[in-house]
Amino acid sequence: MKFLAEYRDPELARALVAQLQRAVTRPWTVMEICGGQTHSILRHGIDQVLPPGLELVHGPGCPVCVTPLETIDRAVAIAGLPGVILASFGDMLRVPGSRGSLLEARSRGADVRMVYSPLEALALARANPDHDVVFLAVGFETTAPGNAMAVAAAVDQGLRNYSQIVSHVLVPPAMAAILDSPGCRVNAFLAAGHVCTVTGWRPYEAVAARHGVPIVATGFEPVDILDGLVQAVTLLESGDARVVNRYERAVRPDGNPAAQAMVDRMYRVCDRKWRGIGTIPQSGLALRPEFAAWDAERKFAVADITPAEPAECIAGLVLQGLAKPADCPAFGRACTPQTPLGATMVSSEGACAAWFRYGRKVPQ
Amino acid sequence: MSDRADVTGFSCPLPRLDYDTVQMAHGAGGRLSQDLFEKLILPRFASPELAPREDGALLDLPPGRVAFSTDTFVVTPLFFPGGDIGKLAVCGTVNDVAMMGALPRALSVAFVLEEGWPLADFHRVLCSMEATAQQAGVRIVTGDTKVVGRGQCDGIYINTSGLGVVPEGRRLGVARIAAGDAVLVSGPVGDHGTAILTARAGLSVQTELASDCATLNGLVEALLACGADVKALRDPTRGGLAAVLNEFAAGARVGITLEDGAVPVRATVAGVCEMLGLDPLHAACEGRLVAVVSGADADHGLAALRAHALGSEAAVIGRVVPAHPGVVALRTGLGVERVLDMPLGEQLPRIC
Repeated sequence: MKFLAEYRDPELARALVAQLQRAVTRPWTVMEICGGQTHSILRHGIDQVLPPGLELVHGPGCPVCVTPLETIDRAVAIAGLPGVILASFGDMLRVPGSRGSLLEARSRGADVRMVYSPLEALALARANPDHDVVFLAVGFETTAPGNAMAVAAAVDQGLRNYSQIVSHVLVPPAMAAILDSPGCRVNAFLAAGHVCTVTGWRPYEAVAARHGVPIVATGFEPVDILDGLVQAVTLLESGDARVVNRYERAVRPDGNPAAQAMVDRMYRVCDRKWRGIGTIPQSGLALRPEFAAWDAERKFAVADITPAEPAECIAGLVLQGLAKPADCPAFGRACTPQTPLGATMVSSEGACAAWFRYGRKVPQ
Repeated sequence: MSDRADVTGFSCPLPRLDYDTVQMAHGAGGRLSQDLFEKLILPRFASPELAPREDGALLDLPPGRVAFSTDTFVVTPLFFPGGDIGKLAVCGTVNDVAMMGALPRALSVAFVLEEGWPLADFHRVLCSMEATAQQAGVRIVTGDTKVVGRGQCDGIYINTSGLGVVPEGRRLGVARIAAGDAVLVSGPVGDHGTAILTARAGLSVQTELASDCATLNGLVEALLACGADVKALRDPTRGGLAAVLNEFAAGARVGITLEDGAVPVRATVAGVCEMLGLDPLHAACEGRLVAVVSGADADHGLAALRAHALGSEAAVIGRVVPAHPGVVALRTGLGVERVLDMPLGEQLPRIC
C-alpha cells in the first residue's frame, strides 16, 4: 500500500536509528503527543532501539482517554432514556464510566450503535424519525471537522431528531498545560501529524516560542517517528526552539481552511475538563449557543451525574508524561484491557493498552 | 453491496413456492415444513443418506478413528464478496475436520430462520452450500429447520457438524510440536475478516477484497501426501494467526518466533487494518491453514502447499524455539522482538 510499506522500510529505519545515536550527546526527554504514535512506537519496538539518554514519554493524544468521566456517565444516562439511539465510534463504547460503559448499557437494553462516521449517525436519524439519535462527538482537531459537518447538515436540513454530546479537545492548550505543570520533564514534542493536517503547524509556534521547546510535526509509521526524533534531537542539541514540519506529505503551514471554517461555523472554543488531568482553559470545543436545539446536553435533562474515578488509576499522570503505565500498581493486575480501570487501558491509542499489548519483553 | 438475492442467471432456479418469505408455519412440522423441505432443501442436498427421510442418517464409514466437529455460523452481512453464510458453514466445519488429519465424509445442517426472511435468499444459501459441499466431496446427510419470530434472529443462523475418518498412521496434534519445527501459513492472512468488515453497511470503504473462504481438505491431503513430517494443523479463523500461534505455544509448552516481514498480508488488508486501528494478525481467515512441520521438511512442505491452487502464496513464517515457552515473539523490522499476544475479544475500530 502506498504510504505504508515505504515508511516501514527496515533498512531506512535502521539508518535513522544510527543517525539518532550519533545526534544524541546529552539526556533528552521527548513527548509524542498522539496515542497513534505511542502505539506505533511500542508495536515496532522503537522504544527498544533508542540511544541511552533519549527518553520517550507518552502524551495525552488519545481522544477516548481524556473524555471526562461525567461525559461518559451522561452518555450512558441519555442512552437509557426511552426513544433514544446513542451512536459513537468503536472504542468509545468500551470506556468505563462510573456506572459502566456504553456497551454495558446496551446489554441492559439501551439502543447503542457503533458507527464509523458521524454521517452514519445522521443517516440513522433520517431512517428513525420517531427516535432521537444522539451522537457522542469526541476527538481532537482531527475528527472535529467531520462531526461539525454532520451537525451542520442536521441544522441545514432541519433534522430535529439528531443531536450531539460534544466533548472535543484541542492539542496546543494541552501542550502548554503540560509544560506549565510542576515536574514537567518534556524537552521537545513530536506533534501529531494528522492534527496538523487540519490546523497546520502555525498554531504551535506560540507554544514553542513561549516555552522554548522544539516541536516537530511527525507522522505515524516507524520511519516517520524515527525521522521526527532525529529532527527533534538535532533542534535540542543546537538549542533551536522552532516548529518543523516533517509530515510534509500531508501537512501545509496553514492546514485545511475548509475544515477549519466548518469547525468554526458550528463550534466555539471553551474550557474543557480532561479526564485524569483536570480543567484546561480554552482547550475544548462546544456547540455554538445558536445551535442549542442540536445540543444533547441541553435537550436531555439528566440529573444525578456524580462521577467516581477508581482511586488506584494513575491515568492522569500517564497522560501528562509524569508516569509510565508500568509504574501503576494496578497495571496488568486489577487493570487489563478486559477489565480496564481507566480509559488509557481501553483504546488502542491509550498508553496503558499499548504497553499491555506490546510493551512486555520476550523472556530470554 | 446488496444482501438481497439476485437469482437471475443463477444455476439453480428458485422453485415455485406458495410464499415469498419464511413463515412461522415453515418450522411447525406440518404441510409448509414439508413443502420447504421437499421443494427447497432436498433437491440441493440429495444424498442416499438423506433420501429415506428417517430421523437420522445411517453411515458406512471406512476403518479408522472418527473426527467429529461442530460450529455455528452467524455473520453480517449474509452475502459478502467471496462467499455467503452457506459457503462459510460448509467450509468452516469441513476445515475443522480436515485440520484433524481426517477425510471429511458427512455433514449435518441445522437452520434457524427468521420469519419474513426472503425464501429466495434461503435458496441462494442452499445452492451455495450444495456447490461447496460438492467441491469438498462431502455429503449433507441430516438436518433440521426451525423458524423464530421476526426480529429474533438476523435472517438465518446455521449450525453444521461434520464427521471424517483419519487414515491409519496419521498422527497430528499440538503435543507433537517441538523446538526446531517450522511454521508455515498457506496464504495471505486477514482477507476474510477485512472483507466482512468492509462489506458491512456504514463502512464506505470500497476494495476489491474478497473473503478467502474455501474448503481446505484438498490442500491438507496435498501437504500430507508430500511426505513431510506434519506435526499440527489449524485454520486461523476467529482470533486470526495470533490466536493459533498462541494456542500452539501454550499447548506444546514451546516458544514460537515469528518474522513480521515474512507473514503474507495483502496490501489492501494492511491498508484497511491500518486505517481502522486493527491488526491483520488478529483478523479471521476462512480458507487458510497454519502448519507446523519438522524443520528439515520446511522447504518440502512449502513446495507441496505452493503446488496447490489454494496454497500458491504459502510462506514459512517462523520457527519453534526452546526459549520463552508459551510465548509467541514477533521480530519487527527493527530487529526487535516483542510479545505477540492473543487478541482481546472484539476488535473495535479506533476514532482517528
